[in-house]
Amino acid sequence: MLTTRSLRFTYDQKIEFQFPDIQLGVGNSLLILGESGIGKTTLLHLIAGLLEPSSGSVELMGSVLHDLSHAQLDRFRGRHIGLVFQRPHFIQALSLRENLELVQYLAGKPRDRERIREVTESLGIGQKLSVKPRRLSQGEQQRAAIALAVINRPQLILADEPTSSLDDKNCAKAASLLKEQAASTGAQLVIITHDQRLKDQFQNTMQL
Amino acid sequence: MTSRPLGTSLSLLLLTLGVGMIALLLHLDRHVQQQMTRNIRDIDMVVGAKGSPLQLILSAVYHVDAPTGNIALSEARKLKRNRLVAATIPLSYGDSHEGFRIVGTDHQYPELYQATMANGRLWEAPFEVTLGATVAHKLNLNIGDVFEGAHGLSEGGEIHGEHSYRVVGVLNRTNSVMDQLILTATESVWNVHDHGAEEEGHSKHEDHIHEHDHDEAPHAEHKGEREITAMLVKFRSPLAMVQLPRMVNEKTNMQAAVPVLEIDRLFGLMGVGVDALSAIAWVVMAVSGFSVFISLFSALKAREYEMALMRTYGASRWQLVGLVLQEGLLLIVIGFILGILFSRLGLFLVSGLLEDTYHYTFSAWAWLVEEGWLLVASLGIGLLASLIPAVRAFRVNISQTLIDA
Repeated sequence: MLTTRSLRFTYDQKIEFQFPDIQLGVGNSLLILGESGIGKTTLLHLIAGLLEPSSGSVELMGSVLHDLSHAQLDRFRGRHIGLVFQRPHFIQALSLRENLELVQYLAGKPRDRERIREVTESLGIGQKLSVKPRRLSQGEQQRAAIALAVINRPQLILADEPTSSLDDKNCAKAASLLKEQAASTGAQLVIITHDQRLKDQFQNTMQL
Repeated sequence: MTSRPLGTSLSLLLLTLGVGMIALLLHLDRHVQQQMTRNIRDIDMVVGAKGSPLQLILSAVYHVDAPTGNIALSEARKLKRNRLVAATIPLSYGDSHEGFRIVGTDHQYPELYQATMANGRLWEAPFEVTLGATVAHKLNLNIGDVFEGAHGLSEGGEIHGEHSYRVVGVLNRTNSVMDQLILTATESVWNVHDHGAEEEGHSKHEDHIHEHDHDEAPHAEHKGEREITAMLVKFRSPLAMVQLPRMVNEKTNMQAAVPVLEIDRLFGLMGVGVDALSAIAWVVMAVSGFSVFISLFSALKAREYEMALMRTYGASRWQLVGLVLQEGLLLIVIGFILGILFSRLGLFLVSGLLEDTYHYTFSAWAWLVEEGWLLVASLGIGLLASLIPAVRAFRVNISQTLIDA
């Protein structure tokens, strides 16, 4: 259950963003569409607790994010929120498997090789576990990024322009993979994008 | 770290140099002082020919310098009778074998260093010699072996052909100058330099004459008065320290030198050099600290994104700070270990050099308390160098970093 209430955010005391309230039930997904520069990423970071709103609140699973202490928020984010970024990023010195293990470790979860195998195989990158991320193809990198986001079975998956650098075929594939992964763990999925190609795949959309 | 081999190796190199130099200096200083004081033992005063008091000490106590000259045995004997003198040991040297000094003396000399017999016995007759442990080991000499002494103290001097020495015993290791010496009777040295003019028995006889009546009225018919090179003196009371050296220096044509004072003076002189070198070494350490700082800082800049990424996956601020500190300290510890190894290598080389030229040996593997402090200081520098990068890691703005990447 994700709820935002009258979120506002101010950049440099000049530019102010005001966001519509969001209410999302368990197992639902939401596509937020908007042009560049209207604060899409800001909204995503507010929901993820990476930014602090100037007013308003974000509530996830009964916790108001910005009432938590820094350490609690870091822990909460690690356990319950999975992030997929516009361009996939990894710890480059580590192999894909080590990246996944690190994410498990950082969330305070025990190392779970079985879960790693399960996730990477469902994403079709099970053979690439010992490869360094930069050696993966672009499509594989995108799928690896999804794997990082879902490995800890988060309650909320936040994706920021996950398809903007992909061609039509990979775009559709990425979107359905995200939906699949969210469905398999019963997570809520929020995708923020300007990519109109995704519009048809989601019933629940919101225009910023 | 491995992703920036140049910066990392520069930091390591500087650290290694700094730590290595300091550890090396600590060891050398310690070793030299230890050796020097160990060799002084119970020698309160050294009497020898006029000249540099330091040279007298270096030649008579440490056997590293040339002697200042000879003194008359009669005069030395006179001093021996002084009521403030507890014991004296005569030393006659000037010859060597393969670079090891042949010292004519009496049995009190090995006793002074608590030397015990490893094999055989002490010398009894002229031209019998007892070897120090290192001499026996290096020259591979055993009981019954025969060799000839060479004139002068360095290798390759003129060989005294007529007289050969016979090994009758080998001493146990004492870790003192004793290990480097070939000991024999004073008469041997006299005989060698009389060039066969007198026989052994005769010289012994002469010795007695000296004792009985030579002191007051020197016999003119002696072709050369009996001489020794130096005499080690032990005092009966501390009072002697004040009186005797001055008495000897003013009233006789011998010179008296007090080892403790001369060695203090020597350390004082060496201290300036050691201080200057340590100052340089500490500057190198400081620069290495700065280099670690730059290395960490630039690494962090490049990896700020990864830091932010890790925060989004649930890493806390303190975990990231720990990561940066860990990297800095790991660098420092590796540098420290390399530095210590480097210093040991240096010690090993220096020790080899000293052994060749001065026949001094020391073990290079001891661990000094000061090196513990050096480790603490290095860790301190590492902590200091990681501080600013750590604060940066703590304060990383996740949202902005993710957008900028």
